[in-house]
Amino acid sequence: MTKARTRRERKAQRAAVEVPALGPVGMLRWAWRQLTKMSTALVLLLLLAIAAVPGSLFPQRVQDPDAVADYIKANPVMGPWLDRVQLFDVFSSYWFSAIYLLLFISLVGCVIPRAFQHFKAWRSKPPRTPRRISRLPQYRKVMLGGREGAAAPTPDDAVEAAAAALKKRGYRVQVQDLGTGAPSVAAERGMLKEVGNILFHVALLGVLISVAAGSLFGYKGQKVIVEGESFVNTLVDYDSFNPGTNFNADWLNPFSISLKSFEATFNRDTSDPEHYGQPTDFNADLTVTDAPGATPQDVHLAVNKPLNVGGTKVYLVGNGYAPVIRVKDGDGHVAYEGPVVTVPSDSVYTSSLTLKVPDARPDQLGFVGLLLPTAVSQDGSIPKSVDPGLNNPALILSSYSGDLGLDSGQPQNVYVLDTKGLKELNAMSSSNGPVLLDGQHRKVDLPDGKGSIEFLDVKRYVGLDVHSDPGRIPAFVSFLVAFAGLVMSLFIARRRAWVRATETEDANGVRCTVLEYGLLARGEDHRLGAEAEKLTALWTSLWEDRGVREFHLKPSDKA
Amino acid sequence: MGSDINVTLGNWSEWFMLLAAMTYMVVFVAFVWDMASHSKTLGLNEQAREKRRTEAEANSRQLVGAGAAASSVAHGAAGSSGAVSRGADDAVAAEFRTSAENSTKGVGEFEALNYKRGSRRPAARVAVTLMVIAFALHVFAVVSRGVAADRVPWANMYEFCSTGAMVVAGVYLVTLIFKDLRFVGPMVSGLVLIMLCLATIVFRTPVSPLQPALQSYWLIIHVSIAVAASGIFTITFAMAVLQLLQARREKRLAAGETSRMGFLRAVPSSVTLENFAFRLNSVGFVFWTFTLAAGAIWADQAWGRFWGWDTKEVWTFVVWTVYAAYMHARVTRGWNGNRSAWLSIAGYMCVVFNFTVVNTLFPGLHSYSGL
Ligand code: HEM
Repeated sequence: MTKARTRRERKAQRAAVEVPALGPVGMLRWAWRQLTKMSTALVLLLLLAIAAVPGSLFPQRVQDPDAVADYIKANPVMGPWLDRVQLFDVFSSYWFSAIYLLLFISLVGCVIPRAFQHFKAWRSKPPRTPRRISRLPQYRKVMLGGREGAAAPTPDDAVEAAAAALKKRGYRVQVQDLGTGAPSVAAERGMLKEVGNILFHVALLGVLISVAAGSLFGYKGQKVIVEGESFVNTLVDYDSFNPGTNFNADWLNPFSISLKSFEATFNRDTSDPEHYGQPTDFNADLTVTDAPGATPQDVHLAVNKPLNVGGTKVYLVGNGYAPVIRVKDGDGHVAYEGPVVTVPSDSVYTSSLTLKVPDARPDQLGFVGLLLPTAVSQDGSIPKSVDPGLNNPALILSSYSGDLGLDSGQPQNVYVLDTKGLKELNAMSSSNGPVLLDGQHRKVDLPDGKGSIEFLDVKRYVGLDVHSDPGRIPAFVSFLVAFAGLVMSLFIARRRAWVRATETEDANGVRCTVLEYGLLARGEDHRLGAEAEKLTALWTSLWEDRGVREFHLKPSDKA
Repeated sequence: MGSDINVTLGNWSEWFMLLAAMTYMVVFVAFVWDMASHSKTLGLNEQAREKRRTEAEANSRQLVGAGAAASSVAHGAAGSSGAVSRGADDAVAAEFRTSAENSTKGVGEFEALNYKRGSRRPAARVAVTLMVIAFALHVFAVVSRGVAADRVPWANMYEFCSTGAMVVAGVYLVTLIFKDLRFVGPMVSGLVLIMLCLATIVFRTPVSPLQPALQSYWLIIHVSIAVAASGIFTITFAMAVLQLLQARREKRLAAGETSRMGFLRAVPSSVTLENFAFRLNSVGFVFWTFTLAAGAIWADQAWGRFWGWDTKEVWTFVVWTVYAAYMHARVTRGWNGNRSAWLSIAGYMCVVFNFTVVNTLFPGLHSYSGL
């Protein structure tokens, strides 16, 4: 251990001295050699691990851009600095990318030459038998023949039989020096170990490339669908859409989806108050039309079971209530009628509602407030929702009339009502109180003859995420290859074995054949001794009737 | 999966968990006792051998002149039992091998870790027997918890810790069948005890059903392999710590100094520890690689992306990378020995961090209910 370190240090010193003497080409070559060293790979791996850690300590834009904005707002001094060194975009930062790119360049520079080398080794024969087998890490010697006067096999026969037996054990063999009096066989097994190692590393590169392809050519979109409505996979129909860097909208797969019904199941175990009312299951019944004109098919969508429509995946990511509302304006015309998507804000689905009615005349109307799925009101106070199920749905709304500000052409958030140009008609704080609608009170007239609002029904809606990632399947296949390669590389043993036979006489003067054999491992192999024992066992069963004896070694032979 | 919760069975489960924890406590004490007594025995043996050797040397000095006899005595005393049992060359002629001798089970592989005949370690026997009993109680507690909740018992921190501890104990008991790893007993039983204490004191949670996002057979696969890998890493962590201590002791002894850590006499050499830990870590690394991929597949199904750098994903990646570095260290000059042990320890620290701090303190998709 200490020796190894001093050697390393000496080497480092030598390299440092050599640098100034190198020309630009020499410098490059030197840098390449440093980069493709195993110790560099190791250090880069450790650096990669360390560099990933801040990605878990600071909010990340890939995860949650709002959390990043909040963090910067809460830390006005440090925040911008952290942002400047890309601590909110760790995994796309220059420094993180630099580490993994260097690592993969190093990998290519390391593995490709090894692959060539191995290809050559595969095609060449097992190496010649060394002159002194006894120097190998595992060395044994047995004597054949002499049992009840049985004759020993000739050295040539012994070597041929040993070669056949080794071949059966999965070794590739090469018989050498037949007829010379000291014939031998060279054998090697476990060539697949290195193949596995190379496959593993190359496939990791495959995973990286696949992931990159996914982020270039894929897309992600969100869409909310209310029961009874449908969605066509086109750019205009999305609520929000994030294309990959090189995405082309022509690639959108022209399917359509409509939501027949949605059902949420909640925990109704009264003996477990802590978890009572938690959702236990979400299920959506859809019809999917693969392409315009195709027959619609009924499908079932659940949280962990996405749809796969020709490679585009559709996930169930959200759900909630959409009360159906009819609004009549001051002129008595129906200005709005339909479901309004609400946003649940707690575990009992207290949901916030925003409704803008730009078609109302003479004044535009706007509503904000809450939907309570199971409204309970205690002694005349403001009702609250006590359960996520739809047992006593109620709406509590503030109403406004005036100019919604939609004509300015500026895009507005549908979930926020800008009250700048509006006059408050009803509100919690105003003297006439909020608009209250439930099963008994279905309709309320707005003050000043501005119109009326009617609560017709409650539907459910689902939030869908639509993803297309062309890198998904290649990444998965690359992973499978990497995994197989890893297992091969770790659990196949690469060994070489040599067996040599010579003639001798035993103590009683009987002619015997001495079988010497040795084993050498490439890399880690703690079973080499066991393999040597196995070979001894192999010879024993081959020549048991002729006699197999251990040939005792002098202690000095063992080393 | 329904939500049929059996509260009575859940209570029984908690009682058995406590019972198992108490039994592990006794196991720990017995293992420590064994370490103390066994290393003491070994120390006495060492002294006795030393004394015999000095006597033999003194004899040989007296017998100057009758050189042959003296050197053979010194030789016999110095060690190799083979020389004694096999004896002289003339025995060779009678010894033909038969196929019956062809059993090679366990031969040549980590021989230093094989059970030695003739060494009596009553405390270790008690410890192992009690550990089997504790493990049985523990299995009952975990299984009944699963039955009570009508799902796999690893969906919150209580269950992670208690099931994880069970896997550590199980992995350890299984390796004990093949190799004499009783020297890591104090550390392994100590860690199991700590995990159970954490579960029953810090993370206590009554049985509850799963949220929809956690209901998937990938949960079963992903988490069971992750816990198995962590079980293996726990044992190799213990071995890495012992390896570092042993390497220090070896260095001191080689320099002719004495070491105060006499209990390490009962522990194999640092090289044996390193090699065996590497074998186990290879399996652990393969498991962890699988965990990473199964997690990605699960995430792909549940959240619509297979990798999104969620806090938990970051740490799973960090653990994987550190162990990948460890795998490299074994074949990189200058990085084996102590440094590779440190990498193994660092990897385990990340595993622990991943299961404790990340699960409880960090926000993310993986944070569990019931905390
Ligand atoms: C993406 C980063 C890398 C990872 C995750 C990784 C992981 C691994 C793992 C787990 C092993 C042990 C299992 C096996 O033998 O297949 C290994 C072995 C190996 N790695 Fe890497 N590696 C990476 C990059 C590299 C680089 C950059 C090099 C070259 C500089 C390299 C060279 C090797 C070699 C030569 C072995 C085989 C050692 C032997 O058993 O002879 N690896 N790698």
